[in-house]
Amino acid sequence: MALQSLDIIRRSATTLPEPEARGAYTGQVSKLIDTTKCIGCKACQVACMEWNDLRDAIGTCTGHYENPHDLSEASWTLMRYTEYENPKGDLEWLIRKDGCMHCEDPGCLKACPSPGAIVQYANGIVDFHEENCIGCGYCVTGCPFDIPRISKKDHKAYKCTLCSDRVAVGLEPACVKTCPTGAIVFGTKEDMKQHAAGRIEDLKSRGFDQAGLYDPAGVGGTHVMYVLHHADQPGLYAGLPRDPKISPMVRLWKGAAKPLALFAMFATAAVGFLHYVGIGPNETDESDEQAARRELEKRP
Amino acid sequence: MNKPDVIVRYTAAVRIEHWIVAISFVLLALSGLALFHPALFWLTNLFGGGPWTRILHPFIGIFMVAAFCLLAVKMWPENYLQRSDWIWLEKIGDVIHNREENVPEVGRYNAGQKLLFFTIVGCLGVLLLTGIVIWRVYFSAYFPIAVIRLASVLHAFFAFVLICSIIVHIYAATWIKGSIRAMTRGWVTLGWAWKHHRAWFRQMTRSASQK
Repeated sequence: MALQSLDIIRRSATTLPEPEARGAYTGQVSKLIDTTKCIGCKACQVACMEWNDLRDAIGTCTGHYENPHDLSEASWTLMRYTEYENPKGDLEWLIRKDGCMHCEDPGCLKACPSPGAIVQYANGIVDFHEENCIGCGYCVTGCPFDIPRISKKDHKAYKCTLCSDRVAVGLEPACVKTCPTGAIVFGTKEDMKQHAAGRIEDLKSRGFDQAGLYDPAGVGGTHVMYVLHHADQPGLYAGLPRDPKISPMVRLWKGAAKPLALFAMFATAAVGFLHYVGIGPNETDESDEQAARRELEKRP
Repeated sequence: MNKPDVIVRYTAAVRIEHWIVAISFVLLALSGLALFHPALFWLTNLFGGGPWTRILHPFIGIFMVAAFCLLAVKMWPENYLQRSDWIWLEKIGDVIHNREENVPEVGRYNAGQKLLFFTIVGCLGVLLLTGIVIWRVYFSAYFPIAVIRLASVLHAFFAFVLICSIIVHIYAATWIKGSIRAMTRGWVTLGWAWKHHRAWFRQMTRSASQK
Protein backbone atom coordinates (compact mmCIF):
# COMPACT_ATOMS: atom_id res chain seq x y z
CA MET A 1 0.00 0.00 0.00
CA ALA A 2 2.56 2.51 1.10
CA LEU A 3 5.00 2.13 -1.75
CA GLN A 4 2.38 2.34 -4.47
CA SER A 5 2.31 6.06 -4.00
CA LEU A 6 5.39 8.00 -4.98
CA ASP A 7 4.74 10.96 -2.77
CA ILE A 8 6.03 9.96 0.64
CA ILE A 9 8.26 12.42 2.48
CA ARG A 10 8.68 10.52 5.75
CA ARG A 11 8.49 6.80 6.48
CA SER A 12 8.86 5.29 9.96
CA ALA A 13 12.03 3.33 10.85
CA THR A 14 13.57 4.01 7.47
CA THR A 15 17.05 5.41 6.97
CA LEU A 16 17.13 5.93 3.18
CA PRO A 17 15.10 8.37 1.05
CA GLU A 18 11.48 7.45 0.33
CA PRO A 19 9.98 7.42 -3.16
CA GLU A 20 9.28 11.10 -3.53
CA ALA A 21 9.23 11.82 -7.24
CA ARG A 22 5.79 13.33 -6.89
CA GLY A 23 5.59 16.35 -4.64
CA ALA A 24 2.85 18.60 -3.37
CA TYR A 25 3.68 21.33 -5.84
CA THR A 26 0.35 23.05 -5.47
CA GLY A 27 0.82 23.29 -1.72
CA GLN A 28 0.37 21.04 1.29
CA VAL A 29 -3.12 20.51 2.61
CA SER A 30 -4.72 21.46 5.88
CA LYS A 31 -8.04 21.09 7.59
CA LEU A 32 -9.21 24.13 9.48
CA ILE A 33 -11.61 23.59 12.38
CA ASP A 34 -13.30 26.78 13.50
CA THR A 35 -14.37 26.10 17.08
CA THR A 36 -16.28 29.40 17.06
CA LYS A 37 -18.65 28.10 14.38
CA CYS A 38 -19.06 24.58 15.76
CA ILE A 39 -22.49 23.73 17.16
CA GLY A 40 -21.47 20.32 18.48
CA CYS A 41 -23.87 18.33 16.29
CA LYS A 42 -21.44 15.41 15.82
CA ALA A 43 -22.24 15.14 12.13
CA CYS A 44 -18.48 14.94 11.57
CA GLN A 45 -18.32 11.89 13.84
CA VAL A 46 -21.10 10.24 11.88
CA ALA A 47 -19.52 11.09 8.52
CA CYS A 48 -16.22 9.64 9.74
CA MET A 49 -17.94 6.42 10.80
CA GLU A 50 -19.78 6.25 7.52
CA TRP A 51 -16.90 6.90 5.14
CA ASN A 52 -14.41 4.74 7.01
CA ASP A 53 -16.90 1.98 7.88
CA LEU A 54 -16.27 2.28 11.59
CA ARG A 55 -18.77 1.31 14.28
CA ASP A 56 -17.61 1.77 17.85
CA ALA A 57 -19.10 -0.36 20.60
CA ILE A 58 -22.11 1.16 22.34
CA GLY A 59 -20.65 2.91 25.37
CA THR A 60 -22.01 4.06 28.69
CA CYS A 61 -23.23 7.48 29.76
CA THR A 62 -20.54 9.28 31.72
CA GLY A 63 -22.59 12.40 32.36
CA HIS A 64 -20.91 14.37 29.60
CA TYR A 65 -21.91 15.31 26.09
CA GLU A 66 -18.91 13.40 24.72
CA ASN A 67 -20.14 10.29 23.01
CA PRO A 68 -18.20 8.05 22.94
CA HIS A 69 -16.25 9.42 25.88
CA ASP A 70 -12.85 8.92 24.29
CA LEU A 71 -11.14 8.28 20.98
CA SER A 72 -10.74 4.61 20.12
CA GLU A 73 -9.67 2.37 17.28
CA ALA A 74 -13.19 2.82 15.88
CA SER A 75 -13.70 6.49 16.81
CA TRP A 76 -11.14 8.56 14.98
CA THR A 77 -12.72 11.89 15.77
CA LEU A 78 -14.66 13.12 18.75
CA MET A 79 -16.34 16.36 19.81
CA ARG A 80 -15.04 17.41 23.22
CA TYR A 81 -17.23 19.78 25.23
CA THR A 82 -16.06 22.19 27.90
CA GLU A 83 -18.24 24.48 29.98
CA TYR A 84 -16.16 27.57 30.63
CA GLU A 85 -17.20 30.45 32.84
CA ASN A 86 -15.44 33.50 31.50
CA PRO A 87 -14.22 36.38 33.70
CA LYS A 88 -17.44 38.28 33.00
CA GLY A 89 -19.36 35.43 34.60
CA ASP A 90 -20.90 34.22 31.36
CA LEU A 91 -20.97 30.58 30.36
CA GLU A 92 -19.16 29.64 27.20
CA TRP A 93 -19.66 26.22 25.68
CA LEU A 94 -16.35 25.42 24.04
CA ILE A 95 -16.55 22.54 21.60
CA ARG A 96 -13.48 21.10 19.96
CA LYS A 97 -13.41 18.36 17.37
CA ASP A 98 -10.54 16.19 18.60
CA GLY A 99 -8.52 13.86 16.39
CA CYS A 100 -5.15 13.54 14.73
CA MET A 101 -3.49 16.91 14.16
CA HIS A 102 -1.29 15.62 11.31
CA CYS A 103 1.88 17.24 12.67
CA GLU A 104 4.51 18.42 10.23
CA ASP A 105 7.02 16.71 12.57
CA PRO A 106 5.01 13.69 13.74
CA GLY A 107 6.00 12.20 17.10
CA CYS A 108 4.23 8.93 16.27
CA LEU A 109 6.31 8.46 13.14
CA LYS A 110 9.51 9.30 14.97
CA ALA A 111 8.78 6.72 17.67
CA CYS A 112 7.55 3.92 15.38
CA PRO A 113 10.04 1.01 15.12
CA SER A 114 8.37 -0.72 12.19
CA PRO A 115 9.44 0.33 8.68
CA GLY A 116 6.53 1.84 6.77
CA ALA A 117 3.90 1.46 9.47
CA ILE A 118 3.60 5.26 9.59
CA VAL A 119 4.15 7.50 6.58
CA GLN A 120 3.77 11.16 5.80
CA TYR A 121 2.69 12.07 2.29
CA ALA A 122 4.03 15.05 0.43
CA ASN A 123 0.70 16.80 1.02
CA GLY A 124 1.39 16.63 4.78
CA ILE A 125 -1.07 13.88 5.78
CA VAL A 126 0.29 11.43 8.37
CA ASP A 127 -1.10 7.96 7.75
CA PHE A 128 -0.87 4.63 9.55
CA HIS A 129 -0.42 1.56 7.36
CA GLU A 130 -1.74 -1.09 9.66
CA GLU A 131 -0.38 -4.00 7.64
CA ASN A 132 3.08 -2.97 8.87
CA CYS A 133 1.98 -2.15 12.42
CA ILE A 134 3.36 -4.50 15.06
CA GLY A 135 1.20 -3.18 17.90
CA CYS A 136 3.97 -1.99 20.21
CA GLY A 137 2.25 1.31 21.04
CA TYR A 138 5.37 3.45 20.58
CA CYS A 139 3.23 5.84 18.46
CA VAL A 140 1.12 6.45 21.56
CA THR A 141 4.31 7.18 23.49
CA GLY A 142 5.52 9.57 20.79
CA CYS A 143 2.30 11.51 20.15
CA PRO A 144 2.11 14.92 21.88
CA PHE A 145 -1.71 14.98 21.46
CA ASP A 146 -2.69 11.54 22.85
CA ILE A 147 -4.33 10.44 19.61
CA PRO A 148 -3.36 6.92 18.44
CA ARG A 149 -5.31 4.02 19.91
CA ILE A 150 -4.33 0.36 19.83
CA SER A 151 -7.19 -1.99 19.04
CA LYS A 152 -7.90 -4.62 21.67
CA LYS A 153 -8.96 -6.96 18.88
CA ASP A 154 -6.15 -6.84 16.33
CA HIS A 155 -3.51 -4.89 18.33
CA LYS A 156 -2.97 -2.42 15.50
CA ALA A 157 -2.81 1.36 15.91
CA TYR A 158 -5.57 3.51 14.43
CA LYS A 159 -6.29 7.21 14.07
CA CYS A 160 -7.75 9.79 11.68
CA THR A 161 -6.30 9.42 8.17
CA LEU A 162 -7.48 12.90 7.16
CA CYS A 163 -9.37 10.79 4.61
CA SER A 164 -6.12 10.31 2.71
CA ASP A 165 -8.06 8.06 0.31
CA ARG A 166 -10.53 10.85 -0.49
CA VAL A 167 -7.91 13.57 -0.63
CA ALA A 168 -5.81 11.46 -3.01
CA VAL A 169 -8.62 11.63 -5.58
CA GLY A 170 -9.40 15.30 -5.06
CA LEU A 171 -12.20 15.07 -2.50
CA GLU A 172 -12.31 16.82 0.84
CA PRO A 173 -12.37 14.72 4.07
CA ALA A 174 -15.76 13.27 5.03
CA CYS A 175 -16.09 15.45 8.14
CA VAL A 176 -15.50 18.56 6.04
CA LYS A 177 -18.09 17.50 3.49
CA THR A 178 -20.76 16.97 6.10
CA CYS A 179 -20.25 19.91 8.48
CA PRO A 180 -23.53 21.86 8.36
CA THR A 181 -22.14 25.18 9.63
CA GLY A 182 -18.96 25.32 7.61
CA ALA A 183 -16.93 25.09 10.80
CA ILE A 184 -14.63 22.57 9.12
CA VAL A 185 -12.98 23.63 5.88
CA PHE A 186 -10.24 22.04 3.83
CA GLY A 187 -7.73 23.27 1.31
CA THR A 188 -4.09 24.16 0.96
CA LYS A 189 -2.43 25.18 4.17
CA GLU A 190 -1.84 28.69 2.81
CA ASP A 191 -5.50 29.10 1.86
CA MET A 192 -6.59 27.83 5.26
CA LYS A 193 -4.33 30.31 7.03
CA GLN A 194 -5.82 33.13 4.97
CA HIS A 195 -9.32 31.91 5.68
CA ALA A 196 -8.48 31.74 9.39
CA ALA A 197 -7.06 35.26 9.33
CA GLY A 198 -10.40 36.54 8.06
CA ARG A 199 -12.27 34.66 10.75
CA ILE A 200 -9.94 35.92 13.46
CA GLU A 201 -10.36 39.52 12.32
CA ASP A 202 -14.12 39.06 12.47
CA LEU A 203 -13.93 37.51 15.95
CA LYS A 204 -11.75 40.32 17.26
CA SER A 205 -14.26 42.87 15.99
CA ARG A 206 -16.90 41.09 18.07
CA GLY A 207 -14.93 41.30 21.31
CA PHE A 208 -12.84 38.10 21.23
CA ASP A 209 -9.54 39.95 21.66
CA GLN A 210 -7.55 36.77 22.06
CA ALA A 211 -8.97 34.96 19.05
CA GLY A 212 -6.27 33.25 17.06
CA LEU A 213 -5.04 30.34 15.00
CA TYR A 214 -3.73 27.16 16.59
CA ASP A 215 -0.91 25.90 14.38
CA PRO A 216 1.70 24.95 17.00
CA ALA A 217 5.29 25.59 15.94
CA GLY A 218 6.69 23.03 18.40
CA VAL A 219 5.69 20.21 16.05
CA GLY A 220 6.52 22.21 12.91
CA GLY A 221 2.92 23.30 12.53
CA THR A 222 -0.01 20.98 11.95
CA HIS A 223 -2.14 19.95 8.99
CA VAL A 224 -5.20 20.24 11.17
CA MET A 225 -5.54 23.74 12.60
CA TYR A 226 -8.04 25.37 14.94
CA VAL A 227 -9.52 28.82 15.12
CA LEU A 228 -9.94 29.44 18.85
CA HIS A 229 -11.78 32.26 20.58
CA HIS A 230 -9.21 32.01 23.37
CA ALA A 231 -5.98 31.23 21.51
CA ASP A 232 -4.08 32.46 24.59
CA GLN A 233 -5.58 29.59 26.62
CA PRO A 234 -5.75 26.51 24.38
CA GLY A 235 -5.94 24.37 27.53
CA LEU A 236 -9.55 25.55 27.97
CA TYR A 237 -10.52 23.38 25.01
CA ALA A 238 -10.47 20.00 26.78
CA GLY A 239 -6.76 20.19 27.46
CA LEU A 240 -5.44 21.22 24.06
CA PRO A 241 -1.69 21.54 24.76
CA ARG A 242 -0.31 25.08 24.75
CA ASP A 243 3.07 24.26 23.25
CA PRO A 244 3.05 20.67 22.04
CA LYS A 245 6.34 19.17 21.00
CA ILE A 246 7.86 15.74 20.78
CA SER A 247 8.98 14.87 24.32
CA PRO A 248 12.74 15.22 24.92
CA MET A 249 12.62 11.62 26.21
CA VAL A 250 11.30 10.42 22.86
CA ARG A 251 13.80 12.60 20.99
CA LEU A 252 16.66 11.07 22.96
CA TRP A 253 15.35 7.52 22.67
CA LYS A 254 14.64 7.77 18.95
CA GLY A 255 17.41 10.22 18.10
CA ALA A 256 21.02 10.22 19.28
CA ALA A 257 20.64 7.06 21.37
CA LYS A 258 20.14 4.80 18.35
CA PRO A 259 23.40 5.34 16.44
CA LEU A 260 25.47 5.92 19.59
CA ALA A 261 24.31 2.74 21.30
CA LEU A 262 24.79 0.64 18.20
CA PHE A 263 28.27 2.07 17.71
CA ALA A 264 29.21 1.46 21.35
CA MET A 265 28.06 -2.18 21.19
CA PHE A 266 30.11 -2.84 18.06
CA ALA A 267 33.04 -0.99 19.61
CA THR A 268 32.88 -3.16 22.74
CA ALA A 269 33.01 -6.31 20.65
CA ALA A 270 35.79 -4.83 18.50
CA VAL A 271 37.91 -4.02 21.57
CA GLY A 272 37.55 -7.63 22.66
CA PHE A 273 38.63 -8.87 19.25
CA LEU A 274 41.63 -6.53 19.19
CA HIS A 275 42.61 -7.63 22.70
CA TYR A 276 42.52 -11.28 21.62
CA VAL A 277 44.62 -10.55 18.55
CA GLY A 278 46.96 -8.04 20.22
CA ILE A 279 47.51 -9.51 23.70
CA GLY A 280 46.07 -12.94 23.31
CA PRO A 281 44.26 -15.49 25.40
CA ASN A 282 45.17 -16.28 28.98
CA GLU A 283 46.01 -19.97 29.02
CA THR A 284 46.82 -22.33 31.87
CA ASP A 285 49.96 -24.37 31.17
CA GLU A 286 51.83 -27.25 32.77
CA SER A 287 53.78 -24.95 35.12
CA ASP A 288 50.49 -23.82 36.69
CA GLU A 289 49.41 -27.42 37.17
CA GLN A 290 52.74 -28.21 38.81
CA ALA A 291 52.55 -25.15 41.05
CA ALA A 292 49.08 -26.19 42.15
CA ARG A 293 50.35 -29.71 42.91
CA ARG A 294 53.35 -28.43 44.88
CA GLU A 295 50.97 -26.33 46.94
CA LEU A 296 48.90 -29.43 47.74
CA GLU A 297 51.98 -31.48 48.67
CA LYS A 298 53.08 -28.83 51.18
CA ARG A 299 49.98 -29.60 53.22
CA PRO A 300 50.26 -32.02 56.14
CA MET B 1 36.93 -34.61 44.77
CA ASN B 2 35.78 -37.13 42.22
CA LYS B 3 38.94 -36.86 40.20
CA PRO B 4 42.25 -35.80 41.66
CA ASP B 5 43.11 -33.37 38.84
CA VAL B 6 40.02 -31.24 38.71
CA ILE B 7 37.81 -29.09 40.90
CA VAL B 8 34.08 -28.76 40.41
CA ARG B 9 33.33 -25.10 39.75
CA TYR B 10 29.71 -25.14 38.69
CA THR B 11 27.20 -27.82 39.64
CA ALA B 12 24.86 -29.22 37.01
CA ALA B 13 21.99 -27.12 38.37
CA VAL B 14 23.98 -23.90 38.10
CA ARG B 15 25.16 -24.80 34.59
CA ILE B 16 21.65 -25.52 33.36
CA GLU B 17 20.30 -22.34 34.91
CA HIS B 18 23.14 -20.34 33.42
CA TRP B 19 22.45 -21.60 29.90
CA ILE B 20 18.71 -21.07 30.23
CA VAL B 21 19.43 -17.47 31.18
CA ALA B 22 22.05 -17.14 28.44
CA ILE B 23 19.79 -18.40 25.64
CA SER B 24 16.93 -16.24 26.90
CA PHE B 25 19.26 -13.26 26.96
CA VAL B 26 20.34 -13.80 23.36
CA LEU B 27 16.71 -14.02 22.25
CA LEU B 28 15.88 -10.88 24.22
CA ALA B 29 18.82 -8.94 22.87
CA LEU B 30 18.02 -9.89 19.27
CA SER B 31 14.31 -9.13 19.56
CA GLY B 32 14.95 -5.94 21.53
CA LEU B 33 17.57 -4.63 19.13
CA ALA B 34 15.19 -5.39 16.26
CA LEU B 35 12.80 -2.82 17.68
CA PHE B 36 15.55 -0.43 18.77
CA HIS B 37 17.23 0.43 15.49
CA PRO B 38 15.71 0.27 11.98
CA ALA B 39 18.96 -1.24 10.67
CA LEU B 40 18.26 -4.31 12.82
CA PHE B 41 14.53 -4.62 12.17
CA TRP B 42 15.26 -7.64 9.96
CA LEU B 43 15.99 -9.57 13.17
CA THR B 44 12.21 -9.72 13.67
CA ASN B 45 12.27 -12.42 10.95
CA LEU B 46 13.94 -14.73 13.47
CA PHE B 47 10.85 -14.49 15.65
CA GLY B 48 8.16 -14.81 12.99
CA GLY B 49 7.79 -11.13 12.06
CA GLY B 50 7.23 -7.80 13.81
CA PRO B 51 4.04 -8.59 15.72
CA TRP B 52 5.42 -11.91 16.98
CA THR B 53 8.60 -10.18 18.10
CA ARG B 54 6.50 -7.65 20.01
CA ILE B 55 4.43 -10.45 21.57
CA LEU B 56 7.31 -12.77 22.52
CA HIS B 57 9.90 -10.30 23.85
CA PRO B 58 8.21 -9.46 27.18
CA PHE B 59 7.31 -13.08 27.92
CA ILE B 60 10.90 -14.20 27.33
CA GLY B 61 11.92 -11.30 29.57
CA ILE B 62 9.76 -12.49 32.46
CA PHE B 63 11.06 -16.01 31.95
CA MET B 64 14.68 -14.86 31.99
CA VAL B 65 14.25 -12.78 35.15
CA ALA B 66 12.68 -15.78 36.89
CA ALA B 67 15.50 -18.09 35.76
CA PHE B 68 18.12 -15.52 36.71
CA CYS B 69 16.67 -15.26 40.22
CA LEU B 70 17.36 -18.97 40.80
CA LEU B 71 20.94 -18.44 39.70
CA ALA B 72 21.43 -15.17 41.54
CA VAL B 73 20.28 -16.56 44.88
CA LYS B 74 23.06 -19.16 44.69
CA MET B 75 25.73 -16.73 43.52
CA TRP B 76 24.84 -13.71 45.64
CA PRO B 77 26.88 -14.51 48.80
CA GLU B 78 30.06 -15.10 46.79
CA ASN B 79 29.82 -11.74 45.04
CA TYR B 80 30.20 -9.28 47.91
CA LEU B 81 33.01 -6.90 47.12
CA GLN B 82 35.91 -6.92 49.59
CA ARG B 83 38.90 -4.68 50.13
CA SER B 84 41.19 -6.89 48.05
CA ASP B 85 38.77 -6.49 45.15
CA TRP B 86 39.55 -2.78 44.96
CA ILE B 87 43.27 -3.54 44.82
CA TRP B 88 42.50 -6.05 42.05
CA LEU B 89 40.65 -3.35 40.16
CA GLU B 90 43.60 -0.96 40.56
CA LYS B 91 45.76 -3.59 38.91
CA ILE B 92 43.30 -4.16 36.08
CA GLY B 93 46.07 -3.18 33.63
CA ASP B 94 48.13 -6.20 34.72
CA VAL B 95 45.07 -8.43 34.44
CA ILE B 96 44.37 -7.26 30.92
CA HIS B 97 47.99 -7.90 29.94
CA ASN B 98 47.85 -11.46 31.31
CA ARG B 99 50.32 -10.60 34.15
CA GLU B 100 48.64 -12.08 37.17
CA GLU B 101 51.75 -12.35 39.39
CA ASN B 102 51.26 -8.96 41.09
CA VAL B 103 47.51 -9.17 41.36
CA PRO B 104 45.95 -10.01 44.76
CA GLU B 105 44.72 -13.58 45.17
CA VAL B 106 41.20 -14.00 43.97
CA GLY B 107 38.44 -15.97 45.67
CA ARG B 108 35.66 -17.72 43.85
CA TYR B 109 34.97 -14.62 41.77
CA ASN B 110 37.23 -11.71 40.90
CA ALA B 111 36.21 -8.06 41.20
CA GLY B 112 35.29 -7.87 37.53
CA GLN B 113 32.96 -10.85 37.85
CA LYS B 114 31.42 -9.38 41.00
CA LEU B 115 30.81 -6.03 39.35
CA LEU B 116 29.29 -7.81 36.37
CA PHE B 117 27.03 -9.77 38.69
CA PHE B 118 25.63 -6.66 40.33
CA THR B 119 25.43 -4.85 36.99
CA ILE B 120 23.23 -7.69 35.73
CA VAL B 121 21.14 -7.63 38.90
CA GLY B 122 20.62 -3.87 38.61
CA CYS B 123 19.95 -3.89 34.88
CA LEU B 124 17.47 -6.74 35.11
CA GLY B 125 15.65 -4.99 37.93
CA VAL B 126 15.25 -1.79 35.92
CA LEU B 127 14.46 -3.68 32.71
CA LEU B 128 11.75 -5.69 34.45
CA LEU B 129 10.07 -2.63 35.96
CA THR B 130 10.33 -0.42 32.87
CA GLY B 131 9.39 -3.35 30.67
CA ILE B 132 6.13 -3.77 32.54
CA VAL B 133 5.38 -0.06 32.09
CA ILE B 134 5.89 -0.24 28.31
CA TRP B 135 4.11 -3.61 27.92
CA ARG B 136 1.29 -2.01 25.97
CA VAL B 137 -1.14 -4.93 25.82
CA TYR B 138 -1.50 -5.46 29.55
CA PHE B 139 0.00 -2.64 31.57
CA SER B 140 0.66 0.66 29.77
CA ALA B 141 -2.90 1.87 30.30
CA TYR B 142 -2.20 2.07 34.04
CA PHE B 143 0.66 4.55 33.71
CA PRO B 144 0.74 8.25 32.75
CA ILE B 145 2.36 9.08 29.44
CA ALA B 146 5.35 10.81 31.08
CA VAL B 147 6.16 7.61 32.99
CA ILE B 148 5.85 5.54 29.80
CA ARG B 149 8.24 7.89 27.98
CA LEU B 150 10.78 7.76 30.81
CA ALA B 151 10.44 3.97 31.01
CA SER B 152 11.03 3.68 27.26
CA VAL B 153 14.31 5.58 27.51
CA LEU B 154 15.44 3.74 30.63
CA HIS B 155 14.56 0.36 29.13
CA ALA B 156 16.68 1.12 26.07
CA PHE B 157 19.55 2.51 28.17
CA PHE B 158 19.78 -0.36 30.64
CA ALA B 159 19.41 -2.89 27.85
CA PHE B 160 22.35 -1.17 26.18
CA VAL B 161 24.41 -1.37 29.39
CA LEU B 162 23.47 -5.02 29.84
CA ILE B 163 24.30 -5.97 26.25
CA CYS B 164 27.71 -4.28 26.48
CA SER B 165 28.34 -6.01 29.83
CA ILE B 166 27.43 -9.39 28.38
CA ILE B 167 29.71 -8.80 25.38
CA VAL B 168 32.51 -8.25 27.93
CA HIS B 169 31.38 -11.36 29.84
CA ILE B 170 31.40 -13.53 26.71
CA TYR B 171 34.76 -12.16 25.66
CA ALA B 172 36.26 -12.78 29.11
CA ALA B 173 35.13 -16.41 28.90
CA THR B 174 36.83 -16.70 25.52
CA TRP B 175 39.96 -14.94 26.70
CA ILE B 176 40.50 -16.91 29.92
CA LYS B 177 40.88 -20.40 28.49
CA GLY B 178 39.16 -23.08 30.53
CA SER B 179 36.26 -20.84 31.58
CA ILE B 180 33.82 -22.07 28.97
CA ARG B 181 34.56 -25.67 29.95
CA ALA B 182 33.81 -24.73 33.53
CA MET B 183 30.32 -23.64 32.50
CA THR B 184 29.69 -26.49 30.03
CA ARG B 185 31.29 -29.45 31.83
CA GLY B 186 31.44 -28.01 35.31
CA TRP B 187 35.08 -28.57 36.23
CA VAL B 188 38.38 -26.71 36.08
CA THR B 189 41.91 -28.03 36.38
CA LEU B 190 43.90 -27.51 39.56
CA GLY B 191 46.28 -25.28 37.59
CA TRP B 192 43.39 -23.14 36.33
CA ALA B 193 42.07 -22.64 39.84
CA TRP B 194 45.58 -21.95 41.12
CA LYS B 195 46.24 -19.39 38.41
CA HIS B 196 42.98 -17.46 38.34
CA HIS B 197 41.25 -18.03 41.68
CA ARG B 198 44.01 -18.94 44.11
CA ALA B 199 42.16 -18.16 47.32
CA TRP B 200 39.24 -20.27 46.09
CA PHE B 201 41.72 -23.03 45.13
CA ARG B 202 43.09 -23.10 48.68
CA GLN B 203 39.59 -23.10 50.13
CA MET B 204 38.42 -25.94 47.87
CA THR B 205 41.46 -28.14 48.32
CA ARG B 206 41.53 -27.56 52.07
CA SER B 207 37.92 -28.62 52.51
CA ALA B 208 38.60 -31.59 50.24
CA SER B 209 41.61 -32.75 52.24
CA GLN B 210 39.65 -32.45 55.50
CA LYS B 211 37.00 -34.80 54.25
